[in-house]
Amino acid sequence: MPEDKVMNIVVCIKQVPDAESVKWDHKTGTLIRDGVKSVINPFDYHAIEAALTLKDELGAKVTAVTMGPPQAEEAIREAMSMGVDEGVVVSDRAFAGSDTLATTYTLSRAIKRLGDVHAVFCGKQAIDGDTAQVGPGLAVRLGIPCVTYVSEMEVINGGKGLRLKRLKEDGFDMVEVDFPVLVTTLSTLNTPRVPSLKAKMKAKRAKIPVWTAGDIGADKKRIGLNGSPTKVHSTYIPKFEAKREFLEGSPEEQVDALIKRLKEAGVI
Amino acid sequence: MLRIDIEKCIGCGECEEVCSFGAITIVDDKARVDEESCTLCGTCVDTCPEGALSIEKEGAEELDLSSWKGVWVVSEIKNGLFSPVTFELLGKARELADARNVPLTAILMGYGLRDKADELISRGADRVIVVDSKRLSDFIDDAYARVLAHLAKKEMPEIIIAGATATGRAFIPQVATILETGLTADCTGLEIDKESGQLLQTRPAFGGNLMATIICDTRRPQMATVRPHVLKALEPDTSRKGEIVDFEPPSELLDSRIKVVESVTEEQKGPGLTETEIVVTAGRGLEKKENLKLVEELARCLDGAVGATRAITDAGWISHSHQVGQTGVTVSPRLYVACGVSGAIQHLVGMQGSEIIVAINKDKDAPIFDIATYGIVGDVKEILPILSKKICKERGLD
Ligand SMILES: Cc1cc2nc3c(=O)[nH]c(=O)nc-3n(C[C@H](O)[C@H](O)[C@H](O)COP(=O)(O)OP(=O)(O)OC[C@H]3O[C@@H](n4cnc5c(N)ncnc54)[C@H](O)[C@@H]3O)c2cc1C
Ligand SMILES: Cc1cc2nc3c(=O)[nH]c(=O)nc-3n(C[C@H](O)[C@H](O)[C@H](O)COP(=O)(O)OP(=O)(O)OC[C@H]3O[C@@H](n4cnc5c(N)ncnc54)[C@H](O)[C@@H]3O)c2cc1C
Ligand code: SF4
Ligand code: SF4
Repeated sequence: MPEDKVMNIVVCIKQVPDAESVKWDHKTGTLIRDGVKSVINPFDYHAIEAALTLKDELGAKVTAVTMGPPQAEEAIREAMSMGVDEGVVVSDRAFAGSDTLATTYTLSRAIKRLGDVHAVFCGKQAIDGDTAQVGPGLAVRLGIPCVTYVSEMEVINGGKGLRLKRLKEDGFDMVEVDFPVLVTTLSTLNTPRVPSLKAKMKAKRAKIPVWTAGDIGADKKRIGLNGSPTKVHSTYIPKFEAKREFLEGSPEEQVDALIKRLKEAGVI
Repeated sequence: MLRIDIEKCIGCGECEEVCSFGAITIVDDKARVDEESCTLCGTCVDTCPEGALSIEKEGAEELDLSSWKGVWVVSEIKNGLFSPVTFELLGKARELADARNVPLTAILMGYGLRDKADELISRGADRVIVVDSKRLSDFIDDAYARVLAHLAKKEMPEIIIAGATATGRAFIPQVATILETGLTADCTGLEIDKESGQLLQTRPAFGGNLMATIICDTRRPQMATVRPHVLKALEPDTSRKGEIVDFEPPSELLDSRIKVVESVTEEQKGPGLTETEIVVTAGRGLEKKENLKLVEELARCLDGAVGATRAITDAGWISHSHQVGQTGVTVSPRLYVACGVSGAIQHLVGMQGSEIIVAINKDKDAPIFDIATYGIVGDVKEILPILSKKICKERGLD
């Protein structure tokens, strides 16, 4: 990493269907759609905030990157209104159908085009695909270490690295790592800031570049459907089935009825 | 792109209904796709009763898959003991290996674990590869990933499965990327397709609202992480025989810039949320933080763990580690008691697998009752003390 250049931070954000506009009816197993609105993946606000915190402390240029349809531009503008300096939409019909392997390839090509990076932030997971695989996969493609599920972050070594608290199954690890590094963020890491009026104005006027497969020099075999080994074979909307027996009577009687059934089932 | 065979399409609208991206509309009794919004996710293809939909790949690489053989399970150690998910994986992997008529290998990575290899054999493995190194005593994502990928390139298994735990979900995606293969996240079901021999991997997406079965038919290995507590472990059988192989990783694979400076095991009060058979969950219906003790008392009487909805973890009544649901943990105990919980979908997806669900709520129309086995319409402040007292008596506690 060249010392003299300004620090480069990238934050990856994904547009996802708004949970409010897509609803599932689990009694009938059908989808109820009420227009389709897209929003920034909720976890990615914490990635944006982490990037901005680092910028506040060390001085840096923060670039938001999203792969998606052209309208993902909206997500970039929103990130800029929070204080992100620049943004890129990586968009091409040829990217459609990407699984996480193709997504990380595409994002890594775009990030490499931005020059040397010091830190990359991703959300813990996206609420639609839900895989949490993009962060770790992207780190491999960029050849940098990855620390997942981070809930605390502190700058160390005179601004050369980070100390991170990362969640594990039975507790946590405190780890130290010098830049460059990729971090995936938990919502407990920070509270995302509210957009400022000034940044909002700037975001509104900003020209957001759209990079195609050609622009990032992507290998056609490694993007979109071609570059995606996993494919959806079939899907269904799960139905929740329940016995739904209401226990009647006074509180005492309800409790007695419950205990009787739990004893019959052998759980107490 | 998504192709619609207009001849076959009867305009039934099934595809329009399942597409969560709003990419299909029915125009003049025929499906029409908006290519800008279609993400080629594949969801609609299988739902078409007429087989009118297909997604075509053009120019994808064809690789020879036949030299990849065998099933691997990546084991996981927690506090010096195998995580239960390791044995659950072995139980399922035994089935998969038998269906494919190939050996089952367990991978054991860490430090000072060699004497644990027998336990993996007793739970179904035919062979254990032990990678024992002082430099693996801490969990370091990239070092673990490089070692496993190196082994996989060398030995060429057709299937690798691991637990969808905090560590599994951290380093397994790195392995899949190094191997340039597909990885299905967070599976709840695995099956070998009888005809094609492919691994069918079923997983929830959209926060549990949709179940998708994924295949990886063009690359090897087929990789999946699997949720804890959904598969069944085999009873240990110490008479089982197997082979134990040591592998010394090239030292450069272990180099990492990540340094673990402290590793903390958090003490749990009572049994852990995902390990216990009984969970008692508190929701906003408890009205105030002080009333949380009503739930804690019932959990104590039942020897269960305390769960929480996001409403009350956000309010700071209890730590986030207790949260059940989409952004918390997934549990599937034998008994789940929801106290003053409304039953938002984000909560339901974290507990719908529970065997018996009891809901206590003063609103008889609360959605939680839709999935409850037994419902009590009432005030939690009134019901809980009676319930705790009677259960304690029943179990001979004070
Ligand atoms: C029903 C269904 C099931 C699927 N199952 C699988 C599967 O098992 N395996 C698989 O490989 N793929 C799967 N996919 C495809 C996967 O959803 C896409 O590849 C998607 O582009 C990225 O995965 P994700 O949504 O899980 O993101 P995650 O990996 O959960 O996202 C983590 C973080 O990565 C960043 N990020 C993710 N996507 C983008 C983006 N497009 N632009 C910028 N930043 C981004 C964000 O910071 C995000 O917070 C599935 C898709 C569907 C619809
Ligand atoms: C992206 C996203 C992720 C989320 N992830 C999660 C998650 O992981 N886990 C989670 O739990 N939530 C999650 N949520 C939040 C979820 O949508 C709900 O807001 C939350 O679960 C509601 O919690 P609650 O049931 O405690 O509260 P409420 O919805 O306020 O319900 C309280 C219930 O108590 C009843 N009640 C009130 N007083 C009494 C009384 N005296 N006696 C009996 N009953 C009474 C009421 O009738 C009501 O049904 C998420 C939301 C989003 C948008
Ligand atoms: S599901 Fe098939 S038949 Fe029905 S409208 Fe869609 S394409 Fe046509
Ligand atoms: S492939 Fe997915 S996005 Fe495209 S039309 Fe079908 S369901 Fe909708």
